[in-house]
Amino acid sequence: MFKHFINLQWKSFFRSASFKTNIAFKILMIFGALYMIVVFLALGVGSFFLIKKAGIGDPLHVVNKFFIYYLLMDLYLRYVLQKMPILNIKPLLYLPFKKGEVVKYSLGKTVVSFFNWGHAFFFLPFSIVLIIQDYNLLGVLGWHLGIMALFYCNNFINIMMNNKDIVFYPMLALLAVLGIIQYYGWFDITIYTGQLFNTLYYSPWTALIPWLLLVVLIVAAFNYFKKHMFLDGGLATKQTVARTEDYTWLNRFGNLGTFLKNDIKLIKRNKRSKTAVIMGFMFLFYGLLFFTGAIEAYENPVWKIFAGIFVSGGFLFSFGQYVPSWDSSYYPLMMSQNIRYKEYLTSKWYLIIIATIISTILASFYIYLGWDAYLAVLVGAIYNIGVNSYLVLWGGAYIKTPIDLTSNKKAFGDKQAFNTKTLLLTLPKLLLPLVVYAIGHYTINPTAGYIFVALTGVLGFAFKNVVFKMIEKIYKKEKYKTLLAYKQTT
Amino acid sequence: MITSQNLTKTYGSQTVLNIDHLEIPKGQSFGLVGNNGAGKTTFFSLLLDLIQPTTGSIVNNEVQVDASEAWKPFTSAFIDETFLIGYLTPEEYFYFIGELRGQSKADVDELLSGFEDFFHGEILGQKKYLRDLSKGNQKKAGIVASFIGHPEVIILDEPFANLDPTTQIRLKSIIRDLAQNREVTVLVSSHDLIHVTEVCERIVVLNKGDIVKDIQTSAETLKELESFFGG
Repeated sequence: MFKHFINLQWKSFFRSASFKTNIAFKILMIFGALYMIVVFLALGVGSFFLIKKAGIGDPLHVVNKFFIYYLLMDLYLRYVLQKMPILNIKPLLYLPFKKGEVVKYSLGKTVVSFFNWGHAFFFLPFSIVLIIQDYNLLGVLGWHLGIMALFYCNNFINIMMNNKDIVFYPMLALLAVLGIIQYYGWFDITIYTGQLFNTLYYSPWTALIPWLLLVVLIVAAFNYFKKHMFLDGGLATKQTVARTEDYTWLNRFGNLGTFLKNDIKLIKRNKRSKTAVIMGFMFLFYGLLFFTGAIEAYENPVWKIFAGIFVSGGFLFSFGQYVPSWDSSYYPLMMSQNIRYKEYLTSKWYLIIIATIISTILASFYIYLGWDAYLAVLVGAIYNIGVNSYLVLWGGAYIKTPIDLTSNKKAFGDKQAFNTKTLLLTLPKLLLPLVVYAIGHYTINPTAGYIFVALTGVLGFAFKNVVFKMIEKIYKKEKYKTLLAYKQTT
Repeated sequence: MITSQNLTKTYGSQTVLNIDHLEIPKGQSFGLVGNNGAGKTTFFSLLLDLIQPTTGSIVNNEVQVDASEAWKPFTSAFIDETFLIGYLTPEEYFYFIGELRGQSKADVDELLSGFEDFFHGEILGQKKYLRDLSKGNQKKAGIVASFIGHPEVIILDEPFANLDPTTQIRLKSIIRDLAQNREVTVLVSSHDLIHVTEVCERIVVLNKGDIVKDIQTSAETLKELESFFGG
């Protein structure tokens, strides 16, 4: 029986449309994966010595202290990213498999997920270093195994709380509150949880507890799924109560308003686009890394512009980047309806501009860190409006990745989105403003640098009509290829 | 109204459509039948400029389809679910199409009120997004949306598939009315020979991309088609 399942899985993997990208990209991906592995290995080996050198205590204790956050972060990432096992069950339901087998297989599949064994890249070398450094062998083993069991616990917790936002968001809020009160030193939960994880080392037999917990969770998950394995039960897709909304205030913009209305609904009602907006919002805080001097490498003044671009352009990058793809599921309608490309593009452009302005206003808390910081954000915003807003629309014409609006899969980048043309287009998006600023900064003074970048933005803005005509032409040229690409949803 | 000349579409070495000359006069209800892979959807996609012809071209009301976009205001279509916007409610979808076609909300409401029978109380006011409707109800919404804004050419690919019997019968009378009363050219494809012969005044049979029959519908048409496909 299991043979069949494995066979199906094998085929679905190798025959998926996304697997058939070109060989050059595969090689690039392998190098990327190797690089990440090396980084994690180095981190695993190196962190022991780093922590020791930093003199903040015993490395194992330090890791244990922050482990609770690591664990919760892991759960969060799983919630957002890990694919649920139930997706492919439907066609198996009426075949002669026992239900228990199907559930076992689906749950078993999640065990081999990268989200579980990925952690080994850090914890395995770290444990080995501990042993070499004369830590108690049995203790390290107990600790290591206990920790691994906890990751697997996360795996099954995530499966059971999937799609239950009621569980998820309060947890996220709790995490944020804990982090804040710890930062201000009011209450430190890690003292207690750290102790807990230390126990795994000092009394290795306690490692049995997380394993027992894991067994309980596995049984619970198994029963839960078996009980809910009906089309109208656990396998049903969630339906939300729909409300017709008019947004009549947008009518004054004519045809443009029609598209804007649609785009607002698109963002509001789909999981994937909501994630993009939340990501864009997160970028607001990206600048904190630069302006607070938290990271030494970012001290260089040129980086301020880099931060400014990201702070005001979060939405531009997370949403604008994929512009025609948001409409991929109904692109044939858009192409045969009474729509002019110019209006379509203009409405997306306005959306990006409005979001950039809102981000810039929200980012005014940077004034607290000094006017210089906010000035960088303002200048970045002008550049985003004047230049980057075109560039993302232009790049979008080449991306051609169909987007499944209802799932978060691939929300954090898709390999098809990286082709040479889009890569080349990131140069003017990110590097050009840095270069322009550097010229002004080093030949005259910092203010001149800001003025130069802002002027580039204003100049770009002035050429709006010309640029739009060009982008329109590219969209028309790419139309048939885009339609074909959007057809190939996996 | 619609003239196609030397129209071919080739993928690699395989020719999927090869129409020498086809002329569809204004106001005709035109039926396209053929087995899977005959080229029906390919022809409709070419008509909507969703794919490029390998040779030849289609002229729709004096507009060459692959050269100008001026055919869009008077042409509408429902091919498949990619013509629906899943995250809208049916009402929002109709108003959206209406706005694109210069129709006020009142205009759209008036048109929709004529289709209450057809909707059978399952489309409007359901508090559901289009993506959550059943296949048949999605189709109903898509078909009606293609009637919005007084189009002169309406293209419907397999409109009868997935519909329940009552709705099929209603749709037939709607299509007949359209072609008779308002000088609308209706292009319909179907696998159901009975439906097409009842609805269309002219039927063209495609086989592997070629036109093999071009019939003015009469009492004998159904027999003729059945013997063609049965033999």
